[in-house]
Amino acid sequence: MTKTSMNSNLKRLFSGPFLAFILCGTLVPLGVIAFYGFTDRSGAFTIENIMAIATRNHAQALGLSLGLALISTVICLLLAFPLGLILKDSKLGKKGFMVFVFILPMWMNFLLRTMAWQVLLERNGIINIVLKSLGLPLLDIINTPAAVVLGMVYDYLPFMVLPIYNALIKIDKNLIEAAYDLGADKLLVLRKVLIPLSVPGIVSGITMVFVPSLTTFAISTMLGGGKVNLIGNIIEQEFTVGSNWNLGAGLSIVMMVFIIISMALIEKFDREGEASMI
Amino acid sequence: MALIELVDISKSFDGELVLDEFNLKIKENEFITLLGPSGCGKTTTLRILGGFETPDTGKVLFQGEDITNLAPNKRPLNTVFQKYALFPHMNIAENIAFGLKISGKSKEYINDKIKYALKLVNLSGFEKRSVDSLSGGQQQRIAIARAIVNEPRVLLLDEPLGALDLKLRQEMQYELIRLKNELGITFLYVTHDQEEALTMSDKVVVMNQGYIQQMGTPEEIYNEPENAFVADFIGDSNIIDGVMLEDRVVKICGSVFPCIDEGFGRNKPVDVVIRPEDIIIGKPGQGIMDGVVTSNVFIGVHYEMCIEAGGFEWLAQNTTSYPVGTRVSIGVTPENIQIMHKPQSEDEEAISLDD
Repeated sequence: MTKTSMNSNLKRLFSGPFLAFILCGTLVPLGVIAFYGFTDRSGAFTIENIMAIATRNHAQALGLSLGLALISTVICLLLAFPLGLILKDSKLGKKGFMVFVFILPMWMNFLLRTMAWQVLLERNGIINIVLKSLGLPLLDIINTPAAVVLGMVYDYLPFMVLPIYNALIKIDKNLIEAAYDLGADKLLVLRKVLIPLSVPGIVSGITMVFVPSLTTFAISTMLGGGKVNLIGNIIEQEFTVGSNWNLGAGLSIVMMVFIIISMALIEKFDREGEASMI
Repeated sequence: MALIELVDISKSFDGELVLDEFNLKIKENEFITLLGPSGCGKTTTLRILGGFETPDTGKVLFQGEDITNLAPNKRPLNTVFQKYALFPHMNIAENIAFGLKISGKSKEYINDKIKYALKLVNLSGFEKRSVDSLSGGQQQRIAIARAIVNEPRVLLLDEPLGALDLKLRQEMQYELIRLKNELGITFLYVTHDQEEALTMSDKVVVMNQGYIQQMGTPEEIYNEPENAFVADFIGDSNIIDGVMLEDRVVKICGSVFPCIDEGFGRNKPVDVVIRPEDIIIGKPGQGIMDGVVTSNVFIGVHYEMCIEAGGFEWLAQNTTSYPVGTRVSIGVTPENIQIMHKPQSEDEEAISLDD
């Protein structure tokens, strides 16, 4: 056996577990979902489960999911970009420490963090106790879409901050100085240099906030109190309470299609944006 | 009046003094070069001029007006950065137009200027090219074009040729001289390359450890170095301990050389500088002292030889080759011997440049 063929055999051997994982963890489940989604309980082919998205409460849930995911993505972006700029120029101790502080919550299970907000926002929760003692009007957002958006923003903000911060610190300092040198003020440097050059970070940040926000059911369950029904909640209920796996799978397929469409739109905007932002 | 004046500029980073009471005047339409080893403060001087650093003390005057605290984007000068710093998300035309768009010039004006600037740097037709598709030399010329279209009063150049290969560097040197003459802009150039400095400059400022060591025309700097640091930094040289016996007579390595310097006093220790090309090699007994050739390397136009004589290894250059082991004599005409005072204090002590 030659050395190269041994090498490639070795490589194949090492890639084995990964291939097995892809097969069992991604491809097979996708096939199962597709099978359930396109069949009825008796196993006959049908597109009813897909078309079920058109029913009123399903379409509403999907619409609400898209809306809330969009709002929380925009809020995250508006918070994360300035934060990234501040972190980039931060002279407070070591740069790594400031970033660490912002990433720290990410290491905690997000269900715990969401539950914390539940306790904070409750009608008799900590925030309201404080507000009451100060004689201020009470905050009544628990079990509303606003609470769900708050939960999404809180849970997913680090996923927006990190890629944007990474993109920003990679920008060559000389480029910023060159822009100033050529007469640009702070705003122009931001518009013409910092934002265009951090587009890849912005795009991956948007992806990492938008997709989990669109598909979440835990945040809406905990902070929506059953009153904010997202598409994720409906799918979850079909698999658990309703035990209609076919319908759940069908709706999942529809949601996947929406995610793919959204990602394609973002990519398209990204490329056009890079060309037109100049 | 000087166009730009640096007055008593001091600057330190993390407690380390980089510039100490630095003073410099730059005249209109001058090609002035700050030359020195890395860490001598030359780049810091440039950055203070560009507005990217604020001096701890001292003032920057532009036509007599204090611009020390003026933001970089408000200064009437432009910088060509060491690593070009072209905007990678813009094409060449957009890069060049960047400053012009900000100053609100009309579309026709901008287009004309782009054409003119590209022609000036010999890159006509490159408008639509991407930055990535250009070689280092081309990128550097675009960086220069981007700076000069704004018609700055002063162009600051921070080791702009440092990343280029030798041939390209030499070509660019001549192009920079041509540009400067065509544009009539004052050039302030920073480099550690003495050849670059001597080729292009009207005036060279040799710096070391935050101080100006010598300021003058390239000829003055080369032919009459004021101290051992300058002599060592500019070109090759033999720097030898000597004793000034009396006016016009210096004793080096036990032999007496006639020279043209006066006023050093009697029996005064001095530094003596003799350029290798000024050493006359002859038959034994014909020169001032005899020695043996210990090495001989052909380096292009001439041979570079080491000659052991009087306990000193002399560096000599000659178009005639003397093989290793040959007994020769060496001599120097009096006007080619440069006598310098020994440094008086630690501050003046020139650092070793053996690396």
